[in-house]
Amino acid sequence: MATVITVRAPFAFMRRLVSARLHRHCCSKLQAACFVSRPHSYSLIAGQQHRFFRTSYVAARPVMQFKLSDIGEGIMEVTVKEWYVKEGDKVSQFDSICEVQSDKASVTITSRYDGIIRKLYYDVDSIALVGKPLVDIETDAGQGEGPQEDVVETPAISQEEHTHQEIKGHKTQATPSVRRLAIENNIKLSEVVGTGKDGRILKEDILNFIAGQTGAILPPAPFQEIRPPPPAAAAPSAPAAKPKEKMTPPSVPTPAIPKPVFTGKDHTEPIKGFQKAMVKTMSAALKIPHFGFKDEVDLSQLVQLRSELKGLAESRGVKLSYMPFFIKAASLGLLHFPILNSSLDENCTNITYKAAHNIGLAMDTNQGLLVPNVKNVQMLSVFELAVELNRLQTLGAAGQLGNADLTGGTFTLSNIGSIGGTYAKPVILPPEVAIGALGKIQVLPRFNHKGEVVKAHIMNVSWSADHRIIDGATMCRFSNLWRSYLENPASMVLDLK
Amino acid sequence: MILRLSNRACVLSGSARLKSTLSTFFDEMGKAGIVLKSASTGIFENLALEDWIHDRVDLQNRSMLLLWRNSPVVVIGRHQNPWQECNLPLMRRLGIPLARRRSGGGTVFHDFGNINMTFFTSKKKYDRHRNLKVVTRALKALRPDLDVAASDRFDILLNGHYKISGTAAKLGRTSAYHHCTLLCSVDRSILPSVLKSNTSEVIKSSATPSVPSPVKNLLDVDPTLDSNTIMDAIASQYSNEFGFDSPVIKVDPTHEGLMPGIHKMAQDLQTWEWIYGRTPKFSVCSSIVVEDVTIKLDMDIKNGAVEQCAMEIPENWLPSEMVNEFTSTLNGSKYCPNETAVLVAAFMRTVSMTADVAVKIHRLCAGVVSVM
Repeated sequence: MATVITVRAPFAFMRRLVSARLHRHCCSKLQAACFVSRPHSYSLIAGQQHRFFRTSYVAARPVMQFKLSDIGEGIMEVTVKEWYVKEGDKVSQFDSICEVQSDKASVTITSRYDGIIRKLYYDVDSIALVGKPLVDIETDAGQGEGPQEDVVETPAISQEEHTHQEIKGHKTQATPSVRRLAIENNIKLSEVVGTGKDGRILKEDILNFIAGQTGAILPPAPFQEIRPPPPAAAAPSAPAAKPKEKMTPPSVPTPAIPKPVFTGKDHTEPIKGFQKAMVKTMSAALKIPHFGFKDEVDLSQLVQLRSELKGLAESRGVKLSYMPFFIKAASLGLLHFPILNSSLDENCTNITYKAAHNIGLAMDTNQGLLVPNVKNVQMLSVFELAVELNRLQTLGAAGQLGNADLTGGTFTLSNIGSIGGTYAKPVILPPEVAIGALGKIQVLPRFNHKGEVVKAHIMNVSWSADHRIIDGATMCRFSNLWRSYLENPASMVLDLK
Repeated sequence: MILRLSNRACVLSGSARLKSTLSTFFDEMGKAGIVLKSASTGIFENLALEDWIHDRVDLQNRSMLLLWRNSPVVVIGRHQNPWQECNLPLMRRLGIPLARRRSGGGTVFHDFGNINMTFFTSKKKYDRHRNLKVVTRALKALRPDLDVAASDRFDILLNGHYKISGTAAKLGRTSAYHHCTLLCSVDRSILPSVLKSNTSEVIKSSATPSVPSPVKNLLDVDPTLDSNTIMDAIASQYSNEFGFDSPVIKVDPTHEGLMPGIHKMAQDLQTWEWIYGRTPKFSVCSSIVVEDVTIKLDMDIKNGAVEQCAMEIPENWLPSEMVNEFTSTLNGSKYCPNETAVLVAAFMRTVSMTADVAVKIHRLCAGVVSVM
């Protein structure tokens, strides 16, 4: 901590040269675990003079007019294209202030000072003149927290200070206070990863770097919490069985654990876009009383069938997964249980049985959950289904799904198992009344009809349905039918339309 | 090994320190001028390479020339409006991506038949005319009869009329770069249609407009001129012009170890917020016809998102509360067909409507999306 001796002239605000020395800061009687700081870090930087200013809070702080410097090529005027700051913002030296454009050249104007923006001289799209003021910056003394607040360190030879930590062309951006912290702890700025704007190194980065080195996080201020020894006068009513306790204070002081400093901040942002869509849809789904029904499907025969057909599909230019089979089986089941392909109106007075089976497919894209649907599955063959799925998957990955593909669904399947999981509790997407979630296919031991243990490919399915119009028995019978088509794919051939 | 050098350069020895980056490698070389060739044809990786060199390499006593080419892409300038500059629906259909660079200037189309050159210098040595002389002299050295000359606007014109090169530049605190294109054998069948916007009439904006010019490929005047020959000629003319003894070094812009931070730079250039969200404020004022009904659409777009959306629809076609709910759904969303489709789909799920209203909303959505 710097002790500052100031002399102020009366009637006027005057800055004077002050000298400062760092003293060891000892906050308690115990010296053992004091934070050791370099006693004279400033004079370590050989040959440099430093002036310390103490600014009074009473008088005005200096407002520097930052003029637009020469761009080169004899350019006299530029168009201001974007402001990165507004009036009242705090800026550090080298922060970007604005972007100006002149004749196909885009120029980033950076701040020369640390301070607060007090005035912007131009609006966006106005012409700014070279050599005329661009912004007013109030250079302030409020740099850093804690004890350094009053003191502004302004080295007389600013260029050298900044290049002090430049390692051979690797420019590191950091404010003077951050550089000082690095020097005090013998840290090379080039080894610290900067997390600030433009890769600038912040105080938190130095602290984290120190923590990485020592395995503990050191507090910025030289202050340690040291637990004092238990007072000798404690517990006068202690039982006589433990006479020693009162008498003897511990000979070794308990280890002091520095308080970790957490510099993370909460981050709030508005819900928009894809998230907003999901919030809306799922909130509407709350109105539906869901019931769940889970079952296990033995896909051993289907696995074999698919492996036989995969090559043929690829020769036709289509990737064949299990989904076309699941979807087609669902459509065949819906022919017998049309209530699962219906919609309930808002007042729950009418059911509409939808003629088309537009089966939706929950898709995980990098922007979130999308549910495009395949139209008229009842008219498509398994191969045609695979083609449609490929098309939707390609569009989904490219972020080009349109409204036509995203609306009109009547029933949905979610293949969450492709990512992982066994059982799920899917949420019905209004205005539909049922949804199924498919877990991953696992190879598990099962008994066959002869009572032998065999390898089986098992997948779990989790159905949810609207209990206002669908009962458990209906769901169960549908699930059994769907399961039977998949466990014995040959039976699908009989009923394929 | 990531760095491969041409014959006349020094060899990157295996004893390079673990901590050394491309920057320290340049320092150790001690050359005043270096020519680099990018090993990548990805636009974002190459733009990130430009950024990295601009930010991290000491250019006070050293200049560099970077030669690079990209697979088909449209590149807009820093302050431009993509909806005004190019045909986004066509690009989506053809699978041509869009990139926004950090330098100013207009919109260009890149493919393998186009050579990009970036001249890195300190701010003091920033001289675009001199850089363009390197290009014109290199071409004349290859084919003395070629009529190529730089114009006042920093374009290079062929036969005094056809633009074969456009320029843009970026100036930072201490260093600057000037980059330009060179049309050698670009696919002229796509170029004009991709660079012609389908919605420019309905957009009101203060973004930097591009100036369209007639273009030609160098290959059209001389079929023997190929990109590699031209690149080599430019590299040697660069050394001649500035008096350097520049080695030619191939750089892989995906090598994070050699260029720490470059991967993140490439990622930043690919975000929607940078490519589309950086568009200066603009408004869209359009009439769309849906089912013989004319609908007036007014939208204000800020940071690529719909700030305000208003629609004039005849009351008998759609009830006004439905219209208001529809427009409020779009408020705050990205000006993007995909996001609009998703939001309208959620709207249609959660608001009860009859089948014919649903069809109308669906067609209205298609109309709105047609201007995005």
